[in-house]
Amino acid sequence: MTTRYTKDHEWVSLEGDVVSIGITKHAAEQLGDVVFVELPDGGKSFAQGDDMAVVESVKAASDVYAPISGEIIETNQTIVDDPAKVNEDPEGAGWFVKIKISKPEEFEALMDEAAYKDFIA
Amino acid sequence: MKNQPQTPQPQKSPLRFLPLHELHVGLGGKMAPFAGYEMPVQYPMGVMKEHIHVREKAGLFDVSHMGQAWLSLKEGIGEDGAHEKIAAALETLVPGEIQKLKPGRIRYSVLLNDQGGVEDDLMITNPLGDENRGRLFLVVNAAVKEQDFALLRTKLGEVADLTVWETRALLALQGPKAADVLARLVPDVADMPFMSMMEVEIFDSKAMISRCGYTGEDGFEISLPASKVEALAQYLLDHEDVAPIGLGARDSLRLEAGLCLYGHDMNSETTPVEANISFAIGKRRREEGGFAGAEKILGQLRDGASKLRVGIKPEGRAPAREGTEIQSPDGATIGIVTSGSFGPTFGGPVAMGYVNEPHTESGTDVQLIIRGKPAPAKICDMPFVAQNYYRAKK
Repeated sequence: MTTRYTKDHEWVSLEGDVVSIGITKHAAEQLGDVVFVELPDGGKSFAQGDDMAVVESVKAASDVYAPISGEIIETNQTIVDDPAKVNEDPEGAGWFVKIKISKPEEFEALMDEAAYKDFIA
Repeated sequence: MKNQPQTPQPQKSPLRFLPLHELHVGLGGKMAPFAGYEMPVQYPMGVMKEHIHVREKAGLFDVSHMGQAWLSLKEGIGEDGAHEKIAAALETLVPGEIQKLKPGRIRYSVLLNDQGGVEDDLMITNPLGDENRGRLFLVVNAAVKEQDFALLRTKLGEVADLTVWETRALLALQGPKAADVLARLVPDVADMPFMSMMEVEIFDSKAMISRCGYTGEDGFEISLPASKVEALAQYLLDHEDVAPIGLGARDSLRLEAGLCLYGHDMNSETTPVEANISFAIGKRRREEGGFAGAEKILGQLRDGASKLRVGIKPEGRAPAREGTEIQSPDGATIGIVTSGSFGPTFGGPVAMGYVNEPHTESGTDVQLIIRGKPAPAKICDMPFVAQNYYRAKK
């Protein structure tokens, strides 16, 4: 499993041709207490950069963009029912969706962990 | 992840810093511009826990950005009838009963323009002591304080002087434990009536303590010299029940309490009747008029207004933010959300906004257009969380 990061503070973990996607620990800290999450329906396809999900704190609403093109094959209903899970474990149990990717080259172009750490430093 | 657009804050002159700026930074406060000041939005505790802390214990807010000023008669300070004179002057701009406001008492009111629109909301205090007859102490919103002061000088300049108290800081201590905490320093605050003020000597200087606030909880606002505010803040924060609270929780607390945020929930184009704060219009004033915009406001009191500020309860989990369109179930536009968020104590999304008649009745079904999709909601009574103001024991 390889994990990459986007400039919009998402993490993307690749296993076979499926990626798990969530927001980074840094993003969750910046956002504060998450009170609402809206996820796309399974089966829906997105191009890289499309609005894919919404995450809201007490203060503000943020869009989560599709970090990579492909089709939604699974969504994490747990964070819809209990949005605080996103803060508790953003890079684990607080994952958002799983996507079957259509353009593997997009994954390769994302930042690795060292590059993301530099990016938020 | 990108923040969705929010209503932009107008940026004017360079940012100003609070007297307690270093303290906020030292406490880990996340600072951001608000009303021309660099203000703490939240501390490491986070908005949600800060909010709950105020409802359960006590929170300290630095509200030194607010405008504090004295309105004083040009002549005759201390004389019999001086209060009635300064009050009558101010009553030309506010619809509240000020002439009968007793020394040591506070009234919430609004500054009006000639069209009956609200230029700001404010607290008006009649100070204690015969020698202060003919003076009124005003606390106004930071974002519009310069306009407020200009309006007061222009309209009342012939009879009154306005002295802005630039060297003054203002702290708010709010929550069910606020009285216990402050009574350790000033025992007499324990049985102060709600909306009253007392003058005390603390940290070798004169302070004014007012029992009021902006959270729906019991609490106090303490006006004192900026040079002493750090000593007071440290004293209060040393108490285990007190936590520093940022603007984020201040906003969610006042929203749950159903209180207006000026510039959002009312502005120069909304009247106090439309803003649903008609309680601020005194009984005598309704009979006599004699305030800016009286014709329109009294007309609305008599005939009703065409729109009204109401509480809105989304039925789903998605918060409806400021600017969200409100529609009737058949899809007609009937209003707009002016404040909306998640209510941490309420435990769900809450909002307020303006809707047109005949959709203002509590229980009316509406829909909110959130990210292009209709979400069901109901008009509801406010506050969303019961107010917990102090009532004197008989």
